[in-house]
Amino acid sequence: MELLHSIFIGPFADMFSDLSFLIQVLWEGFVQGTLYALIALGFVLIFKASGVFNFAQGIMVVFAVLALVGLYEAGVPAWLALILTIGIMGLLAIGIERVVLRPLVNQHDAILLMATIGLARFLSGAGQFIFGGENKAMITEELGLPTGSSEAEIFGGVVFFEHLDIAAVIIAGLLVAALAVFFSKTRIGRALRAVADDHQAALSVGISLNQIWAIVWFAAGIVALVTGIMWGARSDVSFALEIIALKALAVLIIGGFTSIPGAIIAGIIVGLVEKLFEIYWGSLLGGGVEAWFAYIVALIFLLFRPQGLFGEKIIERV
Amino acid sequence: MFYREAGQFKTDYKSDSAVFPILQDRVGIAFMIFLALVVVPLYGWSSSSGEFFLNGIMIPFMIFALVTIGLNILMGYAGQLSLGTGAFTGVGAYACYKLITHFPELNLIVAVLMSGFFAAAVGIIFGLPSLRIKGLYLAVTTLAAQFFLEWLFIRWEWLYNYDPSGALIVPDITAFGIIIAGPSANAVVKYLVVTLIVIFMTWIASNVIRGRIGRSWMMIRDMDIAAELMGVRPLAAKLSAFAMSSFYCGVGGAMMVFFWLGAAEVESFDINHSFLFLFMVIIGGMGSLIGSFMGAAFIWVLPIIIKFLPATIGIEIYPSTVEHINLMIIGGLIVFFLAVEPNGLARLWQLAKEKLRVWPFPYA
Repeated sequence: MELLHSIFIGPFADMFSDLSFLIQVLWEGFVQGTLYALIALGFVLIFKASGVFNFAQGIMVVFAVLALVGLYEAGVPAWLALILTIGIMGLLAIGIERVVLRPLVNQHDAILLMATIGLARFLSGAGQFIFGGENKAMITEELGLPTGSSEAEIFGGVVFFEHLDIAAVIIAGLLVAALAVFFSKTRIGRALRAVADDHQAALSVGISLNQIWAIVWFAAGIVALVTGIMWGARSDVSFALEIIALKALAVLIIGGFTSIPGAIIAGIIVGLVEKLFEIYWGSLLGGGVEAWFAYIVALIFLLFRPQGLFGEKIIERV
Repeated sequence: MFYREAGQFKTDYKSDSAVFPILQDRVGIAFMIFLALVVVPLYGWSSSSGEFFLNGIMIPFMIFALVTIGLNILMGYAGQLSLGTGAFTGVGAYACYKLITHFPELNLIVAVLMSGFFAAAVGIIFGLPSLRIKGLYLAVTTLAAQFFLEWLFIRWEWLYNYDPSGALIVPDITAFGIIIAGPSANAVVKYLVVTLIVIFMTWIASNVIRGRIGRSWMMIRDMDIAAELMGVRPLAAKLSAFAMSSFYCGVGGAMMVFFWLGAAEVESFDINHSFLFLFMVIIGGMGSLIGSFMGAAFIWVLPIIIKFLPATIGIEIYPSTVEHINLMIIGGLIVFFLAVEPNGLARLWQLAKEKLRVWPFPYA
């Protein structure tokens, strides 16, 4: 009885007794979810275009932001460092296409997955080798990102909104909008969609797959850079991000592997639900449930709706 | 010249279906076992650096080889991708620790083997989704297993007997009248116990793989629909692969704590270890037992060489730099092997043997 109460009644009573705290929790979860959505977006971009499940997306986030901070620490002005980092991500995309994707064309997708795990190892080593492995502080102010916070009175309590979080949500929204325009209005964007639809048909109308792959990895690299800046500004620039980024896998399962709106919505759902569960139910299990909760939700999704919320139904059954 | 099977006639079914049908292979394997059971312990016992050689290289190599065999059963033979190996080794380790602390008079070797069954049970539970999904999707469920179990190892204090440090600490354990595990155990004894268990379990694995169960795994791997049409039950095949794989991982994990680390925390079973075992399988060769040994040796010994090589030729290098270079080399090698030789070192070994068969007259 006690247990049932603490599962089904207590948390809800807590929620409604302090509504402003609930709003605070939801906001935190929403921002967290936006970042998951951004990482998942990088995954989806690559998966749609090349069918590769890019395990290295998490480390690409770390690598991009390490390069940015490393360049700044080496004395390069912040704006130039940003441009140079974008350049580095472009070179990286071309290199990956040449060295990893091209020799592995037409391989089984598990092989490609493992290749990206190897790539993740390599980037992790290279990033630490070049820029140093210690945690770094994000250059938030130098990039012109706002700091500080404002309070709002909602339901008689005070809710804090970090300016940085607001900026993160806005920038994420802008990025998604820019990608949407890029995909629907530009020549390259249309080529990308053609490749995502059907590789062979795209090849037969003269679209260069290699070029498209490099571009799409570059796009994912930029998404990674933006994600990394946001994440780094919220905490620190560290390799712990790599493990957190794996959560995007769970997000993808929930949203569907091939759907960009799915990735975004699922990311936000995961962020919200995870935070709510951690705050209101986590104490029942001793806390720290954030580490695995998303995966268990994904597991349940896999059992009942394997294609995710918006994905194409492609799962083969035996 | 030396590796010819000419004149070796198989006159009955028994000799035809032997594990090593060629005499040279039998001699070779006997030599390897002799090396592992006599030469290495003698060196470890007599040499001044023997203690390090056994504790730092040979014991972890043997244990990792066993875990790699476990993962290879699942990935190489049954074709199910798993990223939760680290957690499954952890299940074995914690199970063994609980068994030993609850029943102190239990023989440690029995406890180590029994802990495999706990890992197998957990493996079956997390293998259940494999009946509906495969490939990348399955990887996510094993990832769920990894993170959930890692969390459980920290939060469920009963598992480590409410020790404030949260670590598994191995006391001195006696079996057959000698101390075989713990701080004051002799490295040679520990090595011999580990090696005997590994050899025994490799022998079991090679026979299971050759048998009906192993062939059903390979059929599921190669084409699941065809396998089902021919009467292989996917449920039984997949779950038995998960069970046996996790059993091996569990035994490996228990040995890792009791015969190698001596004290372990949850970090010894984290996702990086899962990746490590995955790399051992890929570099060694998927679907090959000898490849499991080669992969384990390669991934384990290479960093040690990278660590000591610069010092011996007189270059000063930071330990952290070594770590980073090591990551880069391993990562690069993974991509290289997948692109150039997807079947790993085992395939290279096989090619070498084929060359050797016709050597020195390849055109004769």
